[in-house]
Amino acid sequence: MGTISLKNINKSFGSTEVLKQLSLDIQDGEFLTLVGPSGCGKSTLLKIIAGLEQQNSGDVIIDDKNVNSTRASKRDLAMVFQSYALYPHLTVRKNLETPLKLRDYSFVERLPLVGNFVPSRKEKKKSIDDLVFKTSETLKITELLDRKPGQLSGGQRQRAALGRAMVREPVAFLMDEPLSNLDAALRVHMRSELSELHNSLKTTFIYVTHDQAEALTMSTRMAVMIDGELLQLDTPSEVYNNPSSLRVAEFVGSPKINTFAAQISSDGSVEFMGIKLERKFNTNSQKALVAVRPEHLEITKDSNKPAFEATVSYRENLGSDIFYHVQVDQSESKIIVRGSPQAGLISNGETVRISLSHAEAMLFETSGERIR
Amino acid sequence: MLARHYIGESWKHGLLIIGALIVLIPFYMMVSMSLKSQQEIQSISGGLVGAQEIQTFPVCTKHGYTEEVCTMRPYKYNFWFAFKKAPIPRYLMNGLIVTVSIFLIQVLIALPCSYALAKLRFKGREFVFSMVLFCLLIPVHAIALPLYVMLAKAGLVDTYAALIIPWTISVFGIFLMRQFFMTVPDELIDAARMDGMGEYSIVWKVMLPVAIPALLAFAIFSVVAHWNDYFWPRIVITGNRDLFTPPLGIREFRGGIDSDEFGPMMASIVTVTIPLIVAFIVAQKRFVEGITMTGMK
Repeated sequence: MGTISLKNINKSFGSTEVLKQLSLDIQDGEFLTLVGPSGCGKSTLLKIIAGLEQQNSGDVIIDDKNVNSTRASKRDLAMVFQSYALYPHLTVRKNLETPLKLRDYSFVERLPLVGNFVPSRKEKKKSIDDLVFKTSETLKITELLDRKPGQLSGGQRQRAALGRAMVREPVAFLMDEPLSNLDAALRVHMRSELSELHNSLKTTFIYVTHDQAEALTMSTRMAVMIDGELLQLDTPSEVYNNPSSLRVAEFVGSPKINTFAAQISSDGSVEFMGIKLERKFNTNSQKALVAVRPEHLEITKDSNKPAFEATVSYRENLGSDIFYHVQVDQSESKIIVRGSPQAGLISNGETVRISLSHAEAMLFETSGERIR
Repeated sequence: MLARHYIGESWKHGLLIIGALIVLIPFYMMVSMSLKSQQEIQSISGGLVGAQEIQTFPVCTKHGYTEEVCTMRPYKYNFWFAFKKAPIPRYLMNGLIVTVSIFLIQVLIALPCSYALAKLRFKGREFVFSMVLFCLLIPVHAIALPLYVMLAKAGLVDTYAALIIPWTISVFGIFLMRQFFMTVPDELIDAARMDGMGEYSIVWKVMLPVAIPALLAFAIFSVVAHWNDYFWPRIVITGNRDLFTPPLGIREFRGGIDSDEFGPMMASIVTVTIPLIVAFIVAQKRFVEGITMTGMK
């Protein structure tokens, strides 16, 4: 079992409030990502779950047991750190053995020299060796077992750190940005490996990242945190397509979502930049913000389509996609439009007409709440 | 352009060479005097090693040795007589016992202290650390007398304990290790806590192995300082020659009827300095690393 629930967690460092009344239920076996910009409190939250940090108020409940006053090592969780945090003076094998020895050996058995004479130790040593071997086979690091962390590449260290977490067969894995020290290609590769690992282990994963791509690709559910608050907890596609507030919409998705000032008429129809939305909204406000993802805008040559004019100021060619940064007016900020390379390149300084490719767009109050 | 560059460079090198000579010449004289005869030393002749003529040494015969025993080459005589006159191996042994015990106890105390100061959060931590910094400013000589009185009241004068106890808490060591521990990532300690280690296990099983380079640097500072220390042993070792450390032992060669015989005296000094020089050559790289690491560059 690996259900974890957090109830009204508050945490502050001095006068800075890091977490504000945060509640979260994590189901058994799910891959939950805590995602948010740096400084939003996600790592602190993970440390509170781990027991490395004490919350000011609120409860942490693991498998229906309140663990507020349980030591980190007794919570039966394992953690993978951003810097891997392997013991630099020990071989990979010893690194993997350490948590098991500390858990299984008695005080006397742990003593150097004397420990060897305790008869029960031999049996325990055997089971530890078996576990270490099994884990190293799963992670394909068997041939690295006798090397020290300093002799490993970033990816190998990452595996060793995963191994150290896995040997304990914990109720849940806590991961604090484990991929952010790897190079881009390896990171993408490790994403799929982690997902596979999650599928085969079927253990709860709690994964902290600031990289929304990792959150979107790996998680069963993602929790978007900004400024110490949990803004939305949902499946990745739901968070992307149906954000609950403008802050979530702006954080999730790269390039960033475009926002436009919009007017709402009394009958609920919405107009922005000369484009009228098909759908009518039920709201009392007169002003609102329309948010459109770059892929829902298009550069059009069809003069019948409702559109607005803009000048291309910069283009980002990613191969599969081209993002055009366009300037609508001198005064307004830039918006980003996705174009396909097949349509041919448009050079900087050219004036283009931009329209909605889907007639749908999200509407937000000026304060940021979603209008549905 | 190039010529000017070389002039600028040679100027610097010249200055450094002069500095090096000022340090090296006393060493050269020490080695040279330990090899030469008394006449050569006094007449400043004979270069580095002297003529090494076989001769009979009068001070030796005055000490009751036969003329036959006292006839040999000067270098041999100097070292032989130095060892005859004073129990130099005993002094070296004392030096070893004292410096090693001081260092081990210093580590035993400094590591947990600096770990707490660097990595644990508790009320008054900054105050405690500022007190550590404050203690760095207190010169030994200022507290020597009260320390001596305390040791005397405890009946510890003329014991190894008097040589060791006052140095066991090294604020410099605490400061140095604290600065080093600050650079150890918190994640490593968190990982150890997740694995189930207690705070003391973390200090000895994680922090100690990680801190070996810093500890070696500290070892060099500590051992050199206490091996060479003359002031403190002179105060607390009042009569018992069996407790003399090497610097106190050298003093034996000063004063008395044969006070002017420099050869054996220099030979004893060479013997006493050799362990440190050998240690330096062996650990030269570490030594430089240690000094640059502690920010004393």
